[in-house]
Formats: sequence, C-alpha cells, structure tokens
Amino acid sequence: MENILEIKGLCKKYDGFALRDVSFSLPRGYIMGFVGQNGSGKTTTIRSILNMAQKDSGKITVFGLDSVTDTITIKERLGVVFDSLYLAEHLNVKQIERQLKPFYKDWDSAEFARRIKEFDLPDNRPAGDFSKGMKMKLMIAVALSHKAELIILDEPTSGLDPVARDELLDILAEYIEDENRGVLFSTHITADVERIADYVTILHAGKVWFTGTKDALTERYVIIKGDAAELPQSAREKCIGFHNYRNGFEAMFPAEDAALLPDVIDTEKASIDEILVYIAKEDKHERDTASDTV
Amino acid sequence: MKIVIKNKSELPIYEQIEQQIKAQILDGTIAENAQLPSIRQLARDLKISIITTTRAYNDLADEGFVISVAGKGYFVSPRGDELMRERMLFEMEDGLQKAVTNGRNAGLTNDEIRAALEQFLEE
Repeated sequence: MENILEIKGLCKKYDGFALRDVSFSLPRGYIMGFVGQNGSGKTTTIRSILNMAQKDSGKITVFGLDSVTDTITIKERLGVVFDSLYLAEHLNVKQIERQLKPFYKDWDSAEFARRIKEFDLPDNRPAGDFSKGMKMKLMIAVALSHKAELIILDEPTSGLDPVARDELLDILAEYIEDENRGVLFSTHITADVERIADYVTILHAGKVWFTGTKDALTERYVIIKGDAAELPQSAREKCIGFHNYRNGFEAMFPAEDAALLPDVIDTEKASIDEILVYIAKEDKHERDTASDTV
Repeated sequence: MKIVIKNKSELPIYEQIEQQIKAQILDGTIAENAQLPSIRQLARDLKISIITTTRAYNDLADEGFVISVAGKGYFVSPRGDELMRERMLFEMEDGLQKAVTNGRNAGLTNDEIRAALEQFLEE
C-alpha cells in the first residue's frame, strides 16, 4: 500500500519541549486521527509536515515528495484546516477566491462556488465575521476547490458546536470515499475520530505512544475495575495508570494478558478517550514515584 | 438494505453491520445475487471507518453470505450456494431447538409440539 504521508525519526527541540523520534505513516485512501493531550506535540508535527517549522532531523515525505525541497509542489496538492482562519479576515468569499486562485494550478471556480452554496456561506460578508463553524467550512471549501489529495486538519473541532462537528464528519466521509485521498485529523476530542478514523496515532510528551489501525488500538487495551486486594501482583505490574479509590481501583490493562485476571475483576472496552486518560495517569504516577526516590 | 449503528452498543460496529446484513439476507430483504454498496460507499453513508466496513464484508465473505468479485464488488451469495444453504439449515435447527425447549418448559407433550409445528407449516 502506498503511503500518502510518511514521517521517519522526526526530532525537533524547543525550549522545554521536544519531539523525539516521531515516526508514523498514513496509507493513501484512509483517515488518521492524530490525538494526544494539549502540548503533546501534534501541532509541531503538523507544522513540520507543512515546512512551517524547521526540523532538527528526520525525514517527512508527502505524496512521496520531500517536505522541505518539494514543499511548493506538495502545497499545491494539499489542503489545511486550522482551528483559526488563516485567510484574510477583512475579505469576503469572492475576494478571498480572487486572492487565492493564482497560487493553484488546479483551482476550480465552479467547485468553489458550489461548495460555498452547499455550506451556506454568505458571499458578501467579511470572513472575519463568520462563526467558527463557517470559518472551518470556508477552509474546507478552499481545500476541495484546488483538488487537494491530502487534507490536514489541526484541531478543527475545538470550539465547534455538535452540529458543526457532525457536518465536518459528513464532509470528511464524503471526501474519503475517493480512495486516492487521505486525511490527517488532529484533535483532543476523540469522539470525532472514534467512529470515522481508520488509523490512530497517539502522541504523548513528544513521542509516539501508539500508531496503527484504530481497531488494533481499542482491542489492545481494556479497562479493569474491582477490589485491589483481589488483583494478583503479576497483573498489578501490567496495569497502566493504576488508581486506587476508597471503593476500589481502576486501571488500563493489556487485553492479551487478561488471563492473569481473576473473574471478580470487571473488564470493559476502552475508548480512545479513556486510553488517553490512563496514559496521562501512568505518566504522572511515574513522575511522582521518581521524585519520591530522590 | 437497512443498517442502524448504535454507538452505545457493546457490540463492535463491524459486528453490528454483519448481524444486520446476515439477518436481511436470511429473511430475503436483500435478494440473492444483489450487489451490496461498495466498502467506501457504506463507510460514507454510515460515517464510519473504511477499515470497519472492510472487516464486516470480509467476515461475511468468509462465512459464505456474500461473494467478492474482483473489480466489481460484493454480491449476496445465491441461495443454492452450499455454504449459504448450510447457514440456513443451521438457523432452522437452532430455531427448532429453541421451540422444542420452550414447548417442553411449558409442559407440552411431543405430540402437542408436533401439532404446533404442523400449524406453522400450513401457514
């Protein structure tokens, strides 16, 4: 399977933050959810793909082209949606089109007009006055009008109401029906990717914690609950983000080790949201125990 | 074909799709040899992952309910198809087994159960 996006060993250091050896790839024809806590490095990774941040090392290819040397060719074929409008706020839709058109060889004015109508966007008001949902749709209309093969969305749903979020999923589901396209969708609202994403990459503290199909992720872990006294030591060691409450414990647990668990311990499917929460708990726990021993 | 996905179901989405398509093939709602929507069409209509619909169709093909024709898509197996027939016989035996158990639990004799079955056969 051909990869529409490939990241190998991406490293990037800022003051107090570093992306460390980030590697993942997205096959053409699929949607990848790119999740992780705020500050985990999602935006830095996306900025590196777009050559907006200079990477320290590693290689990024989009459509098989190098993200640095071929950045102009890549951008012709790529659409972006950010959580805030990157287009001129004082211009209306028609003026924005006039401004953008010369930059794209494949700009399709009829398609743009069709999408503006479909998305109910007014063409006589400055885009800066648009609601958050309308701005998101305008950015998507732009991406679709220059025949983007890959759409990268960075937190497009933060601050959107449920109706606008649902509309976005509709648009993405329609877009990906064409098997020659791809979507990389960063969000911390995992319900959005839970259903529609084919692949998931979890970034945690600048490192890839998981990358693979969504099913592989959600089948790999379960949530367990019960009385900590009933949990054998062999199982306790496998727990991720173990937390003891007054009335019992909760933890994430590798599904393949479920044989270690006695029947009195309840197991449940883990949602991506829960997986993120337990990764963070485990991390905090490790930091706490490390500082205890100092 | 009608598929309803329940987000709050304990069943994974691919199993929900499999069960509903199977039920509709067995009761004839989806006719034999009918073409199913493509993997990508179904994913789009249900707003779910393409890998999920691929998995559902692959499982249905493995169990003999549908046939994958390269380059054309997925079709409901003909009813004369051996695997399909076996599946239907299994469903019938399973139903009969349940009927007999329920009849006995209600205190019916074998003859009474047979008579009840006769009535259904005449419908």
